[in-house]
Amino acid sequence: MATLVASAPAARKLAPDEWVARGGVVAFAVWLLITIALPLWALLSKSFQNRDGAFVGLANYLTYFSNSALFSSFENSLVVSIIATMVTLPGAFLYAYALTRSNMKAKGLFSALALIPILAPSLLPALALIYLFGNQGLLRSLLLGHSIYGPLGIIIAEAFYTFPHALLILVTALRTADARLFESAAALGASPRRIFLTVTLPGVRYGILSAALVTFTLVMTDFGAPKVIGGRFNVLATDVYKQVIGQQNFQIGAVVGMMLLLPAVLSFAAEQFTRRRQTAQLTAQAVPLVPKPNPLSDWLFTGFCILIIIPIAGILATAAWASFIKFWPYNLTLGLGNYAFAKFETAGWLPYWNSLRLAAWTAVVGTALIFTGAYLQEKTRGLPIVRAIVQLFAMLPLAVPGLVLGLSYIFFFNHPRNPLVFLYGTMAILVINTVAHFYTVGHLTAVTALKQLDSEFEAVSASLRAPFYRTFWKVTVPVCLPAILDIAIYMFVNAMTTVSAVIFLWVPQTRVSSIAVVYLDDAGHQGSAAAMSMMIVYTSAAVKVLHLLLVRALANTQAWRKR
Amino acid sequence: MRTEPAGSRPTHGAGHVGAPYLQVEGVWKAFGSFTALKDVTFDIPPGDLICLLGPSGCGKTTLMRIIMGLETQTRGRLIRGGRDISVLPPAERDFGIVFQSYALFPNLTVFGNVAYGLHSRRMSRAQVRSRVEELLTLIGLSDSGGKYPAQLSGGQQQRVALARALAPSPSLLLLDEPLSALDARLRVRLRHEVRSLQRRLRVTTMLVTHDQEEALTMADRIVVMNRGEIEQIGTPMEVYRAPRTPFVADFVGEMNFLDGVLVAPGRVRVAGADLQCGPTNGLPVQTAVRICFRPEDVDVRSPSAEATNAMPVEITALDFLGSFYRATLRPTAGGAAEVRADVPIHLQRELDLAPGKTLTASLPADRIRIFANRD
Repeated sequence: MATLVASAPAARKLAPDEWVARGGVVAFAVWLLITIALPLWALLSKSFQNRDGAFVGLANYLTYFSNSALFSSFENSLVVSIIATMVTLPGAFLYAYALTRSNMKAKGLFSALALIPILAPSLLPALALIYLFGNQGLLRSLLLGHSIYGPLGIIIAEAFYTFPHALLILVTALRTADARLFESAAALGASPRRIFLTVTLPGVRYGILSAALVTFTLVMTDFGAPKVIGGRFNVLATDVYKQVIGQQNFQIGAVVGMMLLLPAVLSFAAEQFTRRRQTAQLTAQAVPLVPKPNPLSDWLFTGFCILIIIPIAGILATAAWASFIKFWPYNLTLGLGNYAFAKFETAGWLPYWNSLRLAAWTAVVGTALIFTGAYLQEKTRGLPIVRAIVQLFAMLPLAVPGLVLGLSYIFFFNHPRNPLVFLYGTMAILVINTVAHFYTVGHLTAVTALKQLDSEFEAVSASLRAPFYRTFWKVTVPVCLPAILDIAIYMFVNAMTTVSAVIFLWVPQTRVSSIAVVYLDDAGHQGSAAAMSMMIVYTSAAVKVLHLLLVRALANTQAWRKR
Repeated sequence: MRTEPAGSRPTHGAGHVGAPYLQVEGVWKAFGSFTALKDVTFDIPPGDLICLLGPSGCGKTTLMRIIMGLETQTRGRLIRGGRDISVLPPAERDFGIVFQSYALFPNLTVFGNVAYGLHSRRMSRAQVRSRVEELLTLIGLSDSGGKYPAQLSGGQQQRVALARALAPSPSLLLLDEPLSALDARLRVRLRHEVRSLQRRLRVTTMLVTHDQEEALTMADRIVVMNRGEIEQIGTPMEVYRAPRTPFVADFVGEMNFLDGVLVAPGRVRVAGADLQCGPTNGLPVQTAVRICFRPEDVDVRSPSAEATNAMPVEITALDFLGSFYRATLRPTAGGAAEVRADVPIHLQRELDLAPGKTLTASLPADRIRIFANRD
């Protein structure tokens, strides 16, 4: 023994809890493989196969590109996404600037109002726009003869839908400013305009790029808005649905899926690249910037924010109003008739209860899985190769549109030779899919929280002979509870509002409310569709309020959180 | 079940008294092509406090982590009380650890933190309570059991971390830069507290630090490391008085270096002067050498005074350091060489020292160390 150790590299004996940790990391890698990597592989291979499953090379792609009707949707998607990004970004930037760098009043209120669209599915703004500008719309004359059905409607709906996402990124970018740079610039006699161009903008350019890429990808891959308001204007997202559900053409469906995946992956790569550059800019000694009062600009910013809030609140109010109107446009008296869903479709309230179940399961299972996985990944040791794979798979979902993931799930889980085929058509597969779809943001939240913990907790517990899972349960989870709640709420709200991730996977027993909105709208029951959309908003909002109360309660009852 | 303080370490397998408690034998560690530790060997006698001293990046933290079991050595053995523990996981090594950050669990009270390691030891609730109270009394925080770490001062947190590490009566205490997060004054006080606690409990201790003052005041023996290798092992006095390498001479305390030539056994020519020096370690005559001596060993006299082993110097700078002056001296025949000397306040007054004045600097032969000059 002694001579062997002295000559060959020693391998340390593993403690029982280290075996548990390694087992956990492997199980976790397998889980990510099954729920993320293998389905995507199934999609990729499907796009190179014919109906009988034989490899045909690029034949499907050639069919796709030679079909001008199909290819034009690619161009449509691109144009709509670019314009929607160009519309959303400047507004979101100024709004974020007002929230972070001005001294205007009621910032909390403005920030809360602007974030409301996050609680709604993208179907909601599209429905509301139809009430406002549709064939029988209230404000139709404002369009001067243009039709809301098509690119115009999609762009406005997407601007509503993506605004809070862009805003959150820009607020984060603008908040992390070093006051010393501004003071130095001012001391050197730079004008406010010059300071803005030479200090402010360069400091947030990666934030702006990141917001632009996120907005672009969200629009490109959104299914809800174009489905409701797109009319005969085809985009990739609606195409893939038509090919797969309408024509059962899985091969072309797979190709369209790959076309959707491509821009998402590209912007994801660009985003990752810029994120790496951004972190290098901030130093530990940075002094936070405290905006100085300036009555004129503060009022201008307030005015601007009100200008932005009016359409956002207006769209939301219209949807709420529409959900209570008895019979548009002939009987405008208010009532709860639209909420009697059984009158409009046989499933009645079932989709709503299904959504609650899906959201609750996704929040509970997803959060437990994501946090435990992130903990094992960050805080235990060994198996470096498995860990690298986990790292890759955990970041992948951010680049995969929900529609693409859903499509991949059909190909993978519905394959007759897959032993997991029994999952198909169950609530479980909806939960698995939704967890996988929103995995990355939750994972990053967990990792950020875990990185703030002392890196020696695990070493200390080992020296005290406490297995890592005891410390995980006794220390890590309690300390990270706010982050865990953040992940849970994120999973819940997204599971409530998502359309694209589940559109391919539901069966009548597991139909959820966002799908019900699509079908109610298809069947001409716009009022009821609005009512179902609003049910999603009410629920998400209620859960969000509950979350805020819980966070406040945690801060007040746990003495050790006070500094 | 132990009821007495943690001092009663298990002595199983330790052999007769005086046998090393922990033996580090030929430990190597490579990270890829970088060798972090080269053939590190030393012993820790039972009850001693050993200090691993070295600049950042010298490998001392890597060595500490290997001893803890957090890293695995590429080669070499660790033996504790006669038992090979080279490949044991941290939990089976029976070591208590205090990290630089303390790593106190923020959501547990002081009591909960100290009791954390007692959970796995089949102790009754009452036994745990009495053990924790005993330790809290020991560190002078018996009233703070219900407080959370964030409510304590840095020094109190440090002591709680120490109590937590000591609670399961570990056979070896490992302290990783335990005082460096504290302010200077508190650090000096806690040095004495930690040291007297360690002495009282007679717990074998290894302390890692880059602070030579900490090592000199606290350690029974110091292991000086540089670039992954041990430069010298010795008592604080040995390391300070008789540094074995130029690195140790430079790293521990203030030191003057002068280049010269060995002109005869025990005689060197430096900065234009012939000086008697200490043992020349068998270096051949005419070797290029580097001599070193400490500023406090330089005896400054007026140019007219009688002086042996001396050289004429001119004061180029005089810095007031509170209880003494540090003079920067240029040997008048020595070109660009400079020598620092500590001058007592009264001597500065007597000789009316000021920059520009010339003096005689006398160097006691037995305080001059000599090394071969390899540059």
